[in-house]
Amino acid sequence: MRVKFTVNGREQTADDVWEGESLLYVLRERMGLPGSKNACEQGECGSCTVRLDGVPVCSCLVAAGQVEGREVVTVEGLADFARQRAEHGGCGAGVCGGKGTTLDEAKGWAAKPTGTGDSQAGEQGTSPHTALSPIQQAFIDAGAVQCGFCTPGLLVAADELLERNNQPSDADIREALSGNLCRCTGYEKILDAVRLAAARGESETAGTGA
Amino acid sequence: MAGVTRTPTNLTQGSKTPAGIGASTLRPDGTLKVTGEFAYSSDMWHEDMLWGFTLRSTVAHAEIRSIDTSEALAQAGVYAVLTYDDLPTAVKNYGLEIQDTPVLANGRVRHHGEPVALVAADHPETARRAAAKIKIDYAELPVVTDEASATAEDAPLLHPGRKDHHAGHVPHPNIVHRQPIIRGNADEAAKRADVIVTGEYDFGMQDQAFLGPESGLAVPAEDGGVDLYVATQWLHSDLRQIAPVLGLPPEKVRMTLSGVGGAFGGREDLSMQIHGCLLALRTGKPVKIVYNRFESFFGHVHRHSAKLWYEHGATKDGKLTHLKCRIVLDGGAYASASPAVVGNASSLAVGPYVVDDVDIEAIALYTNNPPCGAMRGFGAVQACFAYEAQMDKLAKALDMDPVELRQRNAMEQGTLLPTGQVVDSPAPVAELLRRVKAMPLPPENQWETTEGADVRALPGGLSNTTHGEGVVRGIGYAVGIKNVGFSEGFDDYSTARVRMEVINGEPVATVHTAMAEVGQGGVTVHAQIARTELGVQQVTIQPADTQVGSAGSTSASRQTYVTGGAVKNSCEAVREQVLQKGRLKFGTYHPAWATAELLLEGGKVVTDGGEVLADIVDVLGEESVEVELEWRHRPTEAFDLETGQGNGHVQYSFAAHRAVVEVDTELGLVKVIELACAQDVGKALNPLSVVGQIQGGTTQGLGVAVMEEIVVDPKTAKVRNPSFTDYLIPTILDTPTIPVDVLELADEHAPYGLRGIGEAPTLSSTPAVLSAIRAATGLALTKTPVRPEHLTGT
Amino acid sequence: MDFLRPASWEEALAAKAEHPTAVPIAGGTDVMVEINFDHRRPEYLMDLNRIGDLREWETGADTVRLGASVPYTQIMENLRAELPGLALASHTVASPQIRNRGGVGGNLGTASPAGDAHPALLASGGEVEVESAARGVRMIPIDEFYLGVKRNAMEQDELIRAVHLPKATGPQQFSKVGTRNAMVIAVCAFGIALHPETKTVRTGIGSAAPTPVRAKEAEAFLAAALEEGGHWESGAPVAPSVAKQFAQLASGACNPIDDVRGSAKYRRHAVGIMARRTLGWVWESYRGDGRTAQGGAQCA
Repeated sequence: MRVKFTVNGREQTADDVWEGESLLYVLRERMGLPGSKNACEQGECGSCTVRLDGVPVCSCLVAAGQVEGREVVTVEGLADFARQRAEHGGCGAGVCGGKGTTLDEAKGWAAKPTGTGDSQAGEQGTSPHTALSPIQQAFIDAGAVQCGFCTPGLLVAADELLERNNQPSDADIREALSGNLCRCTGYEKILDAVRLAAARGESETAGTGA
Repeated sequence: MAGVTRTPTNLTQGSKTPAGIGASTLRPDGTLKVTGEFAYSSDMWHEDMLWGFTLRSTVAHAEIRSIDTSEALAQAGVYAVLTYDDLPTAVKNYGLEIQDTPVLANGRVRHHGEPVALVAADHPETARRAAAKIKIDYAELPVVTDEASATAEDAPLLHPGRKDHHAGHVPHPNIVHRQPIIRGNADEAAKRADVIVTGEYDFGMQDQAFLGPESGLAVPAEDGGVDLYVATQWLHSDLRQIAPVLGLPPEKVRMTLSGVGGAFGGREDLSMQIHGCLLALRTGKPVKIVYNRFESFFGHVHRHSAKLWYEHGATKDGKLTHLKCRIVLDGGAYASASPAVVGNASSLAVGPYVVDDVDIEAIALYTNNPPCGAMRGFGAVQACFAYEAQMDKLAKALDMDPVELRQRNAMEQGTLLPTGQVVDSPAPVAELLRRVKAMPLPPENQWETTEGADVRALPGGLSNTTHGEGVVRGIGYAVGIKNVGFSEGFDDYSTARVRMEVINGEPVATVHTAMAEVGQGGVTVHAQIARTELGVQQVTIQPADTQVGSAGSTSASRQTYVTGGAVKNSCEAVREQVLQKGRLKFGTYHPAWATAELLLEGGKVVTDGGEVLADIVDVLGEESVEVELEWRHRPTEAFDLETGQGNGHVQYSFAAHRAVVEVDTELGLVKVIELACAQDVGKALNPLSVVGQIQGGTTQGLGVAVMEEIVVDPKTAKVRNPSFTDYLIPTILDTPTIPVDVLELADEHAPYGLRGIGEAPTLSSTPAVLSAIRAATGLALTKTPVRPEHLTGT
Repeated sequence: MDFLRPASWEEALAAKAEHPTAVPIAGGTDVMVEINFDHRRPEYLMDLNRIGDLREWETGADTVRLGASVPYTQIMENLRAELPGLALASHTVASPQIRNRGGVGGNLGTASPAGDAHPALLASGGEVEVESAARGVRMIPIDEFYLGVKRNAMEQDELIRAVHLPKATGPQQFSKVGTRNAMVIAVCAFGIALHPETKTVRTGIGSAAPTPVRAKEAEAFLAAALEEGGHWESGAPVAPSVAKQFAQLASGACNPIDDVRGSAKYRRHAVGIMARRTLGWVWESYRGDGRTAQGGAQCA
């Protein structure tokens, strides 16, 4: 069957889709968007989390045919999504970005401050990255990425948490991310990353008087 | 490789700060990973590619009477169906140490989920449907599942006619390897004991549960070879096992490490590697294989389940008199890393304590259970669970504080191990315990709020099982010892190719190794080492592949030590060549070129007094310097097969934990409130990564303590919970705060004084949690994981 | 496999009539796992996501009509006052991602004894609105809905449209044992609802029998004890001996099995503990909150 839907703001079509395929499979294998990860394909790990019409869902549990005509945001589109939200949605969502606060200041976190001028890029010669969303930057800065396989799903879930609640308590963060398994980090630095993104959003808001 | 999308790329990282060793520099692959662009092995894609599928045995032990693939082959969209009979050469087995594992079952399956046939088709569903049409006639055989059944006189032999190098010294052919460690006279010493405690312990089978499933893409090449993109822990070990089965010279099997979604030991053995290559070579098309989570539970080895019997004796003042123990590890159907697991379990069976008189025996069995092999801390993890339970039991019998008892017996630098080896680097066991005990305790009753109980802070969490009823707090301690690097005489080396050149007017270092980056941050550390040694800001890390010499395995806490050491060593050689060029070019301009100790710092050649002699850019000009060198740590020796004596290890890693738990004693549910860790890391090359490793390892130990176990039916040897629905790993709501205290006592034998760190926290975490639950409940608790049934007597 | 995409309820009924083997899919929690793991290959998949009114609920004077696909997240957030037991149960369903898509219709359609909604539905009481093109609407009392392991009272051509649940008139509680603090399938679960207007108590037990069941003897015993002691009027505490007996009877209502998630013995034991505790919470709430419908724990 043919399936047509919007992914990261662009209309996409997939042909010859087998009816039993999941949204995850279509994204990964048919649309060149393997950022959403295939860790369990049974809704237990959250690594395939995407926004479906704005709502975080496990894309492995969405039948491809169910997405017809709907809107999907994946980790590949997260930076653009966050930027547009910041531009159009104001700063209330706490996802406005900026690097004004280190978690050191915010939460007494002892790791290296950001903004030391480290630059990161992929292969030389590829086009430079568009700016990262605040939560993406915070994951890098806080050391929340190890193998990184859980990272895309966690980013989508954490970004949505901060959109709803720009000052989450630790318990709020834990509850919001309880559907995302990570096997490498022990979650401590993931918590740090969300705190850091929240703190930076706060300081940005305070700084601009918004 | 043309046509492959998302190939692994160079990672280039610049830095305006020193960002050498000791700094918490950020991962060079971080941006790719947070944008979803990082190329994991399951993300590989090639136009025209086929999908491979593995048909696995539905029974644990059977003779295969016949296999009929005709219907499968006839299905539209199917390009190949392969069985044992299609293997192209006389080499049909593989294995890490013992080549006992069939690429595809040869007339017999020995465990549930063993690969029997392969299908390549144009869509995964086509492949699955075709596989379902393969008819296999199994004649079931009785299963052996434990020591008694495996070593019974009439036990069916898993591998009749064994010819491996352990076959000669084991008491029964269903024992893979046996290692005794005998020192002093335990029976005599027992007479000096005022108190003797014994115990029998069960350690459940743990799964690595890495999130990135086994997967890869094999692309047939015009030269008759194959290019393989895969997630593994050791490219060259894979290559050594793959090439002979394919009948190809190693240089025609070109392997590139793709993004690895965690490993923890589970990728030391082969999974889809040979299968993918066979299908690609047969069909002439690229073949992708991706396991789903169900298959992944059958696609890799697990952590050995173990039964452990211990006897400890001590004098009234708490000094250990002797130790006797017997450790039986279930290796399952194939050997995998079992021999090394036996070596670790036996040689570290006493833990980080001084005991002069020991009688230790460890064995690994062949059974029809799932094969077990490498997982984080192997051998040492199982032993630590048991000896730490014993230390608590002994403390109770002596009416002594359990930390005090441990400290009185703690090993230190200079201690003689039961193997006769001297511990020749710092061993701050007592200090780690002191530190972890000194950390402030988390407040009590944290669930209490002005609006009632916050169930998220209680055992059971959101399941709303208690509002404080039945909840009792307990505190427990544990400490452990893990060997670092490959032991027992293994030639443990790594290779690093380092190049230095000027690009866009700036000196740039390029590091190329075959090290498997599985998440641990080796790529970060390599860039840091290059900056420290070569005074550059820009470092490019090339993808790991087999176009450079072996790096050894990303295992045994060894990569920063060994491949880090290799990178340092190659950088030093590059530096020497750069300085030599400088001397030739500019030596006549300044006497210091000949007389001073010279360094590369901030892009310049400087004297150890800080005087700048030249820009590296000017020294190099258009030229580049490149070296590829092997580097090895100090050699080790095999253990004597009768006495276990020998300098078997090169380095040790120590960690201590304090667990604070709250147990709902009526429902038997546990919430770990805090899991504090103190660990000696020698030198933290990247403190941020070090803490991340410790917290991650601690959490895997927590999982074993309270929830993780692969459950195998003892009657059928079939796995009962091969899914993330029933094999549970900790969520963020199960994982407590993990404060970490990092101690840095240099090991003068190691690069920068560093110590391998990855495994130690996984050892002591589990027994600390068990100890805390015992403290809360007063129960003996001799099994992992602790289940509600154990706590409620149901 | 064919994929059916009815745009309206009527189209869905027609499609189901034409293809009785069609498997409806809404939240996908069960169906997609079965497809991904090759456990099921239905001839037809029928997407219900296009039918907007399945995701709506109406609050009437005495009842709530809850669309079959109202996501658990919505129930948690919007129906805590009206359906406190179900809201608590909804909060224990899997993960935020799953709760964002899954609804009560899926639990009912699958009829697994481990479905988290069942104990709350049984304790609340209510009816399941099913419909077929041929015979129209049929209201199935929840007590008659569960027939066997993963078997319910529906005909092949019927679809679940909504559940009709009485608005809570007294406190309700839900408790579930799992061996993990989130994202866990119930080892066993217990729901309780006080119905002061009828001076009755209803319960529901999950994962401890072939179907979700009520502990009817326990209910009757407790109702009698409360009545006899004039507790409904006085709000006097329930005697520990009564709570103990109630717990024992709840345990006795179980008919569990040993499986990889837990032993039968533990399930019986745990149901008893949960029965005693949740009774304590609802009664405390009944006494303390001016006998309103408030649940117990904050954030639960």
